[in-house]
Amino acid sequence: MTAPLPKRIIKETERLQTEPVPGISAQPHDDNARYFDVMVQGPDGSCYEGGVFSLELFLPDDYPMTPPRIRFLTRIYHPNIDRLGRICLDVLKNNWSPALQIRTILLSIQALLGAPNPEDPLNEAVAKQWKENQGEAIKTAREWTKLYAQPKQ
Amino acid sequence: MALTDPGRYITSGGQLSNCLARPPRSHFLSLIHRHTFSRCTTQPEFNRATGCFVIDEAAASTSTTPPLTRKRKLDTTTTSAPPTSATAGAEPVRKASKTKQKQVEQVEAALPATPQTLVSDKPMDSDDEVNSVISSDEFGGDADSSVGDVEDFGADDSDVDFDDLPEHDNFETQEKDLKPRKKAFEVDHKVYSPEDIQRQQDDQVAEVSTLLEQPHEDTAILLRYARWNKEKLIEQYMDGQEEVLDKAGLGQDVQKSPPRIETIDGFMCDICCEDGPGLQSLAMKCGHRFCVDCYRQYLDQKIRGEGEAARIKCPGDGCNRVVDAKSLDLLVRTDLTDRYHQLLMRTYVDDKENLKWCPSPNCVYAIECGVKKRDLTRIVPTVQCDCKHSFCFGCTLADHQPCPCALVKLWLKKCADDSETANWISANTKECPKCHSTIEKNGGCNHMTCRKCRNEFCWMCMGVWSEHGTSWYNCNRFEERSGIDARDTQARSRQSLERYLHYYNRYANHEQSARLDKDIFHKTEKKMTLLQSASNMSWIEVQFLEEASQALQRCRQILKWTYAFAYYLARNNETEIFEDNQKNLELAVEDLSEMFEKPTDQLSGLKVEMMDKTTFCNRRRIIVLDDTAKRLKDGVWEFNVDLNKPV
Repeated sequence: MTAPLPKRIIKETERLQTEPVPGISAQPHDDNARYFDVMVQGPDGSCYEGGVFSLELFLPDDYPMTPPRIRFLTRIYHPNIDRLGRICLDVLKNNWSPALQIRTILLSIQALLGAPNPEDPLNEAVAKQWKENQGEAIKTAREWTKLYAQPKQ
Repeated sequence: MALTDPGRYITSGGQLSNCLARPPRSHFLSLIHRHTFSRCTTQPEFNRATGCFVIDEAAASTSTTPPLTRKRKLDTTTTSAPPTSATAGAEPVRKASKTKQKQVEQVEAALPATPQTLVSDKPMDSDDEVNSVISSDEFGGDADSSVGDVEDFGADDSDVDFDDLPEHDNFETQEKDLKPRKKAFEVDHKVYSPEDIQRQQDDQVAEVSTLLEQPHEDTAILLRYARWNKEKLIEQYMDGQEEVLDKAGLGQDVQKSPPRIETIDGFMCDICCEDGPGLQSLAMKCGHRFCVDCYRQYLDQKIRGEGEAARIKCPGDGCNRVVDAKSLDLLVRTDLTDRYHQLLMRTYVDDKENLKWCPSPNCVYAIECGVKKRDLTRIVPTVQCDCKHSFCFGCTLADHQPCPCALVKLWLKKCADDSETANWISANTKECPKCHSTIEKNGGCNHMTCRKCRNEFCWMCMGVWSEHGTSWYNCNRFEERSGIDARDTQARSRQSLERYLHYYNRYANHEQSARLDKDIFHKTEKKMTLLQSASNMSWIEVQFLEEASQALQRCRQILKWTYAFAYYLARNNETEIFEDNQKNLELAVEDLSEMFEKPTDQLSGLKVEMMDKTTFCNRRRIIVLDDTAKRLKDGVWEFNVDLNKPV
């Protein structure tokens, strides 16, 4: 941890502060510049609209050769996110490229909220519900958003 | 009286533990032990049997054929011997020694040249066999082998096969490999060193490169994309060049010039965000430029970390461009390129259906064999690597002839899992009808009192004891109720267990004996030195011991698998032939094994006999393998299981 922070991480962090992505914020911890508190707003028009979801993001030592580790902290009803908040997203796994950045990854996650993919599920039960009774599933997702993902006053 | 003695009532508590203390595994072992013991004691019997053999010959013409005679008759048919033995068989009963003399004469008369083979005036156990063998068409090689070169006439044959093959252009030939060349159990195969494999790849790249008019590096990527199926690649390429290039990771050329390391002013690397002056960078034809350091780190991660080689993509986001060998060579040090080429070689062999790596540890060779996966129900493709390791090309397990891969898989699974434990329990125990404790009855009358729940019941019908009234000993409700069903299932599972154990014990015994023989083999060298000094024999002259040991190993290996094979074999007329061949090989092997264990001072006297026995064992081995393989190929065998069903 005493190793100097790579230029890449410094630049990315700076840019996240100076040109923030709308609907997304990422704040590094004071004592650990590789650990970020992330907030993502539910995309407009989706069943997560109005929700603010908090995530944790960690940049491993060999970042950007390996992808960042990201996890939802807020409970969410989504076929590609499991009960522990882990996310099934190709760019976080085998389609990771070192040219990708924190901001692009967070945008991908926001896009995933807008377009759940029950065909490639991480949470079987949710995905089943999504496929069999989409109306009901969307209703549940809205309820959960109201219940768990309300912005703190 | 027994009924009044509560000690006679076998009840669950003690029995349960009894059961546990003697699990089937150890049960097997005890049987194996017994079998190993009986090996020695039955030995003279075997000999006697073989001795009788010749005398029995005359009786062969009569209708009441004793098993041994039948066996012999079948042998002559399987070795396809000319009717020399038939004339011998027509002779009236006579003394064994006379027969031998006579037969030696016959043989000598029959042979064109005088071979060194039958120098023996010593008793040979079954010279009729040798006789029939010698009169078979392959005489030349065998004459040598009985003198000293017993080791490997199989391999000799295959060497001949290789010489028949053209050096190149043979890579794609498959169908004819299934046709018998020398022996039905042998398959054509060829061993390649890493250099050979590299050359093969280079040759193919060069060939396709000129056809497609693409540079070598790109052709290599195209071929890897097409899994080295060049016909398919060329076809696809002709149909849609752009599409194939794109899918293979060669599309979207932005730059025409070949990639090189450059220093460009004002360049910032997208990965590390460095932008200092003099920063070296490289871009492939896709135009995505990164600094050399990041590229190196990226490639190191891919090659060393993920073991990737054939499809390392450009680090750019969403770019499909595959890193070619030339760019890689520009970027990384030799230790990494070595690993890279090693991985490429591995994918090449993995992609080719007719190539497989030798599974032996640290062996670098690959084997080429034309046997396809779908042929595996009809052939057992045993191949031998230059490192001396024999393995099955189909499943890469150690040689398991004559048993087909599917049966080997089933058998190993059966031996490994617990299905037989359950079988043993159901065959040997019953459950208390009330509390379902497992009970083994090891004596006493049928009036059972469960030690656990105090339930009193009848062991025969499992009914409540009080209903039995006064009929203490004869359970007169025997044929009523569901007791019949229960007993049927028990009988069935007992029978199936016995059948399995029969084959398993023999299988395990040969495995163990092979191990023991191997131990002896390690002592053989010492023995050979001892024998040298004791009997003034030269090193060459004591080689027969090593040959005998190798013959034993090989034969035991085959015998072992014949038992797994036999377990799955459904009975028909052909099975008897198989069993007879198996028995003959077993007899020969046991004889040789016994001789092998003799003290050193007796060994020199046994030399000729041992050499003969070794030849004989190898003969029998080939007969078993050849016959089984032929019938397997012809689909004559019937099995209790479906060979095509995946395990």
